[in-house]
Amino acid sequence: MDRKLVVSSSPHIKSPETIRSIMIDVLVALFPVALMAVFLFGFRALATMIIAMVAAMATEAIILRRKNLFGDGSAAVTGLLLAMTLPPAPPWWVVVIGSVVAIGVGKHIYGGLGNNIFNPALVGRAVLFVSWSTHVAGNVWIKPVPFGFTADAVTQASPLVTYDASLGDLFIGTVSGALGETSALALIIGAIWLFYRGHIDWRIPGSFIGIVFILGLFDGGLYMGLYHVLAGGVMLGALFMATDMVTSPVTPAGKLIFGLGCGIVTMAIRMFGGMPEGVTFGILLMNGLTPLIDNMTLPKKFGEVKKSA
Amino acid sequence: MSERTFVGGIHPGYFKESTSGIPIAPAKAPSQVIIPLQQNIGAPCEAIVKVGDEVKMGQKIGEPKGFVSAPIHASVSGKVSKIEPFNHPMGTQVLAVFIENDGQDTPDEGMKPNKSLEELTPEEIKAISKEAGLVGMGGATFPTHVKLSPPPEIQIDTVIINGAECEPFLTADHRLMLERADDIVFGLQAFMKALGATRGIIGIEDNKPDAISSVRKAVAESSGDYNIEVHPLHTKYPQGAEKMLIKATTGREVPPGALPMAVNVVNQNTGTAIAMAEAIKLGKPLYERVVTVTGPGIKKPGNLLVRNGTLIRDIIEQCGGLTSDARKLVLGGPMMGLAQPTDEIPAIKGTSGVLVLTEEFVKEQPIASCIKCGKCVEVCPMNLLPSFIGAASEKKVYDLAEKYGAMDCFECGCCTYTCPAKRPLVQWIRIAKGAIAASRKK
Repeated sequence: MDRKLVVSSSPHIKSPETIRSIMIDVLVALFPVALMAVFLFGFRALATMIIAMVAAMATEAIILRRKNLFGDGSAAVTGLLLAMTLPPAPPWWVVVIGSVVAIGVGKHIYGGLGNNIFNPALVGRAVLFVSWSTHVAGNVWIKPVPFGFTADAVTQASPLVTYDASLGDLFIGTVSGALGETSALALIIGAIWLFYRGHIDWRIPGSFIGIVFILGLFDGGLYMGLYHVLAGGVMLGALFMATDMVTSPVTPAGKLIFGLGCGIVTMAIRMFGGMPEGVTFGILLMNGLTPLIDNMTLPKKFGEVKKSA
Repeated sequence: MSERTFVGGIHPGYFKESTSGIPIAPAKAPSQVIIPLQQNIGAPCEAIVKVGDEVKMGQKIGEPKGFVSAPIHASVSGKVSKIEPFNHPMGTQVLAVFIENDGQDTPDEGMKPNKSLEELTPEEIKAISKEAGLVGMGGATFPTHVKLSPPPEIQIDTVIINGAECEPFLTADHRLMLERADDIVFGLQAFMKALGATRGIIGIEDNKPDAISSVRKAVAESSGDYNIEVHPLHTKYPQGAEKMLIKATTGREVPPGALPMAVNVVNQNTGTAIAMAEAIKLGKPLYERVVTVTGPGIKKPGNLLVRNGTLIRDIIEQCGGLTSDARKLVLGGPMMGLAQPTDEIPAIKGTSGVLVLTEEFVKEQPIASCIKCGKCVEVCPMNLLPSFIGAASEKKVYDLAEKYGAMDCFECGCCTYTCPAKRPLVQWIRIAKGAIAASRKK
């Protein structure tokens, strides 16, 4: 035979899906959320998102000595997710520090994508929250002005402090809050894309949102149940942060436990803690428990009989 | 009825259109056949002919050296020119009988019809299947007479014919179901009688509606008092894996590490059922089989009836040869088939397909870190944790690989197919299985 043949282990066909294509899907899913942020908070929100993404991608390119800024797309996702958790217009250097910390400390210290324990975007947000709290919490929540793309910024208290917003406003997103967290509607539209593409399943968002709702019932009935779900970062956290593949369990039972844990810690902080919001630390805590949860919830093999109790 | 599928699995491209409409055609018998003396899982055969002997088509040339083995027969008439080691599809060198074809196809005197199925006893059917050298023709090549001889404490109640043909590209079973449905039903009846089974099932993926109706018609027109059902199955790889097929058709789950007989079932391939029918009706041993010759690297794909011991090179030549961008030769399907370093390899009883892939299929992709997306866990039909096994094996921590289920993997390849980080999970799992098996022997 006059030609060389390639010999390799089966299978000999592979799915076209790559890490990069998954990351592009996440960016697509975040597009309606980003659009809504600009619609509500103006072009300053767009600037925040761009600064965060560029800073994140640049940090990764420098760490990996890579010429291609976009790479596998994961840094762009981290940057955009970080921006989603920030006020619409923090000082630019705060955003840059957040991105550098997210990529450097949140991800590459552990060896890069796939090896990090904690959600990088939330690591970035957590560091900003404890280090520059006056810029990312407190009196920073800009009042939304629909179509007011260049309107002056007027701040108002967060609905997690006032507890007086209407459920309709919370659903549409016409309340003050972090730039990507206010509109449950936009987040759900984005998440549907991720469900459709098979990148997230119902277990983590379902158990997370479900337990927040149930615990919310004890905080004041049906209204408060829905309020706790729609206000603050629960929707963004449950649909886009807790579902981060790298830092959440892979076993079906583990996903349920993980979601429940996120929701319980979130509500414990909201109802009994010193901060108005607890989503960030709820998810980060459960991220740390993920390897343990996976190992405690190994699925039953095909044909294996359950050990009788 | 049962749920007709299993949990997990994948939907790869099926690529069957190029050959599913092409009727089976006999391949030209080559001037020389090279017949390896190991053609089944289990013990090899011993040559019972010598160099210089004249042999007839269908004459036994290899006698099994153990119970889990099946005899091997000449696929042409002619003269034995050599008996020496030659390339084998499993990647090794195996003793093979070289026969110069005299072109006469003089049949062996032993090839004559047996009694009718009604008159045959179960023991006689088993003996016929053994003498005819029947093995599982889906690729695993487990000797059929062993499957027909369960231990006395196990009563097989169901025989399942595997017409799923879930491997992409392959259409040999599909064509057989269209062209030879009556023999498939006859073969199934023989298996049922041999085992005393009360239920026969023919499972066919629902992407072959013509095969389903063809087999249904054959069942309706068949004689004899046999309870045979045709089950259309959800089209999903690996629907034809025996454990998945049993689950889909009977709802029973074969326990980890056990054989189908543990749930009173025996599986047989469609090709094996036809070989059983031919062995009874014609006294014909298994010396030829249908092979799908396909893939983008083949100029004129088709389904050929190929003599045992025909070189893959000769088969490809009859299909118009290779395209200029052909880069990979696989025996079997693309999910579980074995890539070959050369076309100087003989087709054997387990050769279901000759698949030639082109440049676009062999592009090397860099292996990234596992991003723990869990997609391999979702698709694993055995409900294992392929990413964890793979990572443990990569680090050579084989006890951990075993804990995550390495030994229960049957290497269907769904995890590797699916992995977005392009990690060679099955390859790592195979390495772990080898290491674990070696340490158990110690």
